[in-house]
Amino acid sequence: MKISGAEAVIRCLLEEGVDLVYGYPGGAIMPVYDELYKFQDQLHHVLVRHEQGATHAAQGYARATGKVGVAIATSGPGATNLVTGIADAQIDSTPMVCITGQVGRHLLGSDAFQETDIIGISTPVTKWNFQITEASQIPEIIAKAFYIARSGRPGPVLIDITKNAQFDEFDYSYEKCTGIRSYVPVPKLNLDKVAEAAALINSAKKPLIVFGQGIILGRAEEEFKAVVEKSGIPAAWTILGLSALPTDHPLNVGMLGMHGNYAPNLLTNECDVLIAFGMRFDDRVTGKLATYAKQAKVVHFEIDPAEIDKNVKTEIAVLGDVKESLAALLPLLDAKSHDLWHNEFKALSEVEYNSVIKEELNPTNGKGISMGETIEMINKHSKGDAIIVSDVGQHQMFACRYAKFNSTKSNITSGGLGTMGFALPAAIGAKMGKPEREVVAIIGDGGFQMTIQELGTIFQTQVPVKIVILNNEFLGMVRQWQELFFDNRYASTKMINPNFVAIAEGYHIKSKKVTQREDLDEAVAEMLASKESYFLEVMVEKENNVFPMIPTGACVSEIRLS
Amino acid sequence: MEDKTFTISVYSENNVGLLNRISGIFLKRHINILSLNVSESEIENVSRFIIVVNTTEKWVQNIVGQIEKQIEVIKAFYHTDEETIYLENALFKIASNLLFDEKQIQNIIKESQSTIVTVSRDFFVISKSGRRSEIEELYAKFKPYGIMQFVRSGRISVSKEKMEISTLLETFK
Repeated sequence: MKISGAEAVIRCLLEEGVDLVYGYPGGAIMPVYDELYKFQDQLHHVLVRHEQGATHAAQGYARATGKVGVAIATSGPGATNLVTGIADAQIDSTPMVCITGQVGRHLLGSDAFQETDIIGISTPVTKWNFQITEASQIPEIIAKAFYIARSGRPGPVLIDITKNAQFDEFDYSYEKCTGIRSYVPVPKLNLDKVAEAAALINSAKKPLIVFGQGIILGRAEEEFKAVVEKSGIPAAWTILGLSALPTDHPLNVGMLGMHGNYAPNLLTNECDVLIAFGMRFDDRVTGKLATYAKQAKVVHFEIDPAEIDKNVKTEIAVLGDVKESLAALLPLLDAKSHDLWHNEFKALSEVEYNSVIKEELNPTNGKGISMGETIEMINKHSKGDAIIVSDVGQHQMFACRYAKFNSTKSNITSGGLGTMGFALPAAIGAKMGKPEREVVAIIGDGGFQMTIQELGTIFQTQVPVKIVILNNEFLGMVRQWQELFFDNRYASTKMINPNFVAIAEGYHIKSKKVTQREDLDEAVAEMLASKESYFLEVMVEKENNVFPMIPTGACVSEIRLS
Repeated sequence: MEDKTFTISVYSENNVGLLNRISGIFLKRHINILSLNVSESEIENVSRFIIVVNTTEKWVQNIVGQIEKQIEVIKAFYHTDEETIYLENALFKIASNLLFDEKQIQNIIKESQSTIVTVSRDFFVISKSGRRSEIEELYAKFKPYGIMQFVRSGRISVSKEKMEISTLLETFK
């Protein structure tokens, strides 16, 4: 069957099970858009308002569903606008395929209109990328793109297709990619290592589990819970690991890192065995490496060999698919309860509750609404069943610290890259991927204005996402650092904001602004009861800080409560 | 940890763009590549990169991990100088009249075990293979007489130990 390259692109996407793509048309990708028009019954295209929005929407979709997100853009500025989202997906291991148009092959290297070397630009931030210059390459390369994006440690792949390759006709046939000889997505599990790990874990008096997104990416939530419950070991999470274990699980001891909970951070430096699952010891988690868990023997369960010993030296590394290694580990573990050790966590949690959390949830001294109490109000009405998509900054830390999650894949946030502007488009993707679930975006007044144009996408598609703006009229996190480390010199962090409600209403999105505490309960209830999208602006106390905090470069045990 | 010279060997698919990916890994970490050589390996369509760097063992481990992670890289290793047989090649272009005017030149060529590649009316070219120090020594000897052009290749090396990669690569044949 002879078809055009552009039609082949669509047929390949359908073969890979794609039914939804995000994108923005332009000159060099027009043949593909022409086919999208013809195939609109089978492949739904969502027109975003900026290509960055397409990548974040694809990421939100991928993170909520576990499937590969797809973003399409034209050459030149269309392609370069994807770069932030690609870099975000790379550092947060999100499966995504980006397809960009490119000038015709004969024009490559001639500085043609909207020509840019997107392969060169995207190389450091993609798991793989490839420029297709002949139509006949399309099926094989797209098959490889999906295989690479979703296998092993997932990541973004960019495929650049010259315009001639989209127009030219060729004999089409499709074969799924099942392996690449130079690429080992999942290292083979060594059962001896699992046994060694089990022996060390069984011998531990004060073991601590730290888990990351690997549990979610590896679809290993059940196996993980079983290991935690049998071993009785306290388990603490990185922000991308959040929701892999329900937040109210008795063995869940909270969040690690810079704004994490008091107990797991302090006790990281007291545990005797530290067991890491699917996490990469990011500097925001470890603080100063030279004093991180030096007393502990470290066991690292990980799919990516390059992560072993990268930041923290391990005693035992167990490479492989975490679902498989957890299943192998479970029968070898002794059933324990570690009561005394848990009491240490409880005591420190109480310290944190009394000096930080109590005031955050019930502000006194006539203080305005806090971010924490807003999140708590969302918990009250969502009952922990919502997908929470947070942006980047103070509100993100409050969302991660205070939101309740009953089920996995429910916390979607930009972790490694810290991309302001992530949440609004990511929430669109999450809701489209999981229409049956409530999706609430929690965004600061700064980040909101970085991708505010995606309100247009919400209006056009009528996707019922709920948007909560926590407005403190500051770039709050930077302001907090200025207060603590730069002698209150608030350089360019004060925001003079527009009338957000009027803007949302301009897009015909139902809106409300809350300035008084007594109106919060009803407003959140109304928002969550709404069948349509809803915009809720909450004016919060301007100069609140997120605590606890481990200052940059400090040791985890130097965590501050104020 | 102190800096040492490490030879990184990379077996990869022969693919456009991979060099860019690999060099980016060094760039990101501010590690200067002392020498780089890319050639076909013993297996058809499999390329071999030989990259020499001066850095700590911790960094070289990290770099090799990141290189090996690239989709089209089959395997990457690092070795210290003691663990490999290595050499470089250099070409010296020298004015022909010196061969006759300066008797010492002929002795230098003989003693250095270099070979004369070509001789023309105006210049002759000699080739010398060996360790960096031997090439530098020869350079120092020629220098007083005047060198018209000098070029040195990147390091090429093979490991002393049998590499486990050989078995893997057998399956690629």
